[in-house]
Amino acid sequence: VSPLVFVLVTLVISFGAGLLGSLLGLGGGIIVVPALTLLLGIDIRYAIGASIVSVIATSSGAATAYVREGLTNLRVAMFLELGTTAGALSGAFLAGIIDPHWLFVLFGLVLSYSALMMVRRRASSELPVPPDAWSDRLRLHSGYHDHAVGSVVEYRVSRSRVGLGLMYVAGTVSGLLGIGSGALKVPAMDLAMRLPIKVSTATSNFMIGVTAAASASVYFARGDINPFVAAPVALGVVSGSMLGARLLPKIRSSSVRTLFVVVLTIVAVQMLVKGLG
Amino acid sequence: MIPEDRPEPMRRVRTEILISTLLRVGVSLSAVLLVLGIVLTFVGHGSYLTSGKSLDHLTGASASFPHSLGSVIDGAVTGNGPSVVLIGLLVLVATPVVRVALSVLVFVLEHDRTFVAITLGVLSMLMLSFVLGKAGG
Repeated sequence: VSPLVFVLVTLVISFGAGLLGSLLGLGGGIIVVPALTLLLGIDIRYAIGASIVSVIATSSGAATAYVREGLTNLRVAMFLELGTTAGALSGAFLAGIIDPHWLFVLFGLVLSYSALMMVRRRASSELPVPPDAWSDRLRLHSGYHDHAVGSVVEYRVSRSRVGLGLMYVAGTVSGLLGIGSGALKVPAMDLAMRLPIKVSTATSNFMIGVTAAASASVYFARGDINPFVAAPVALGVVSGSMLGARLLPKIRSSSVRTLFVVVLTIVAVQMLVKGLG
Repeated sequence: MIPEDRPEPMRRVRTEILISTLLRVGVSLSAVLLVLGIVLTFVGHGSYLTSGKSLDHLTGASASFPHSLGSVIDGAVTGNGPSVVLIGLLVLVATPVVRVALSVLVFVLEHDRTFVAITLGVLSMLMLSFVLGKAGG
């Protein structure tokens, strides 16, 4: 294909990646990397470099609207970023010590288990939220206007320390594997901290940009960020994520959960195949 | 008489608008530079519109483009397309980091000591990973 066609095709695919990523709090790498390598024949180095850029683009593009709408819980996000950034640092140190094959398998199993639990959570969403002194002291509880039901949803945050620990694990894993930044964060906020699903995806979306920014400098210095590959990815993802951010408030929570579980299952299978293959 | 805890929702909204505006400015500035950079890359290269060989030149494993801050800035000043794109990408990457720094400031103004400490912790770990990344890469 000619460079012009490449730019146009990449814009369209990245738009889809940004849309899906912003709705689900994921980076969009699961779409960008295979599309660039398998469909467009781009070198894997540049594909991974572009996917790091796509994580930041999804995050900032959608967060503009999510923060204004109150879907992002800023206090929860900033508290949990302590865990993700510390984890990313540890991941960078552990790289080379741990065999990534087993990590892919372990990660795949954890994600499969999370997907299963998130399906079961649907039935138990009416259960009372366990009280948590840390969430009270840090004033993490909040509320948002849910356009799908047309009213304000007040929620209380639970098990903030468990959440922080899980974010450390999520940060370490994505630091080691370079992927899956949002795939562990959303289940952690959903299952442990009991946040509403839309708040979990919007808050995960907000956080993934920071950790990706830290690793982006390394990729840039190594020459893995090819401007001609990364630019159409960034532009497509930003516009897709802006549309996603407009849609999420109007989509029913149950649909968001179903979509998330489907994508999470696909990511889990990808991990297992990578680890065992 | 207004109770002391009354202005809190107001302050929260202000924080949210500040952060949202910062992100929008960062993303818009980056998008403008990216579009400009792509256009500049195409200018003077008629073959980029039709030839498949040119893509390999741009994105093949042996493609050459600047990847140090100095060479990117030098290139961008002379209107080199890929360099302008990279400046746009650096603006995009810097936006979340500036967002964390702005959050520190917001919590200082709110006298929220716990969250000043939390956001400062995040910011210093980010800086540490930048320094370590530089050293390792």
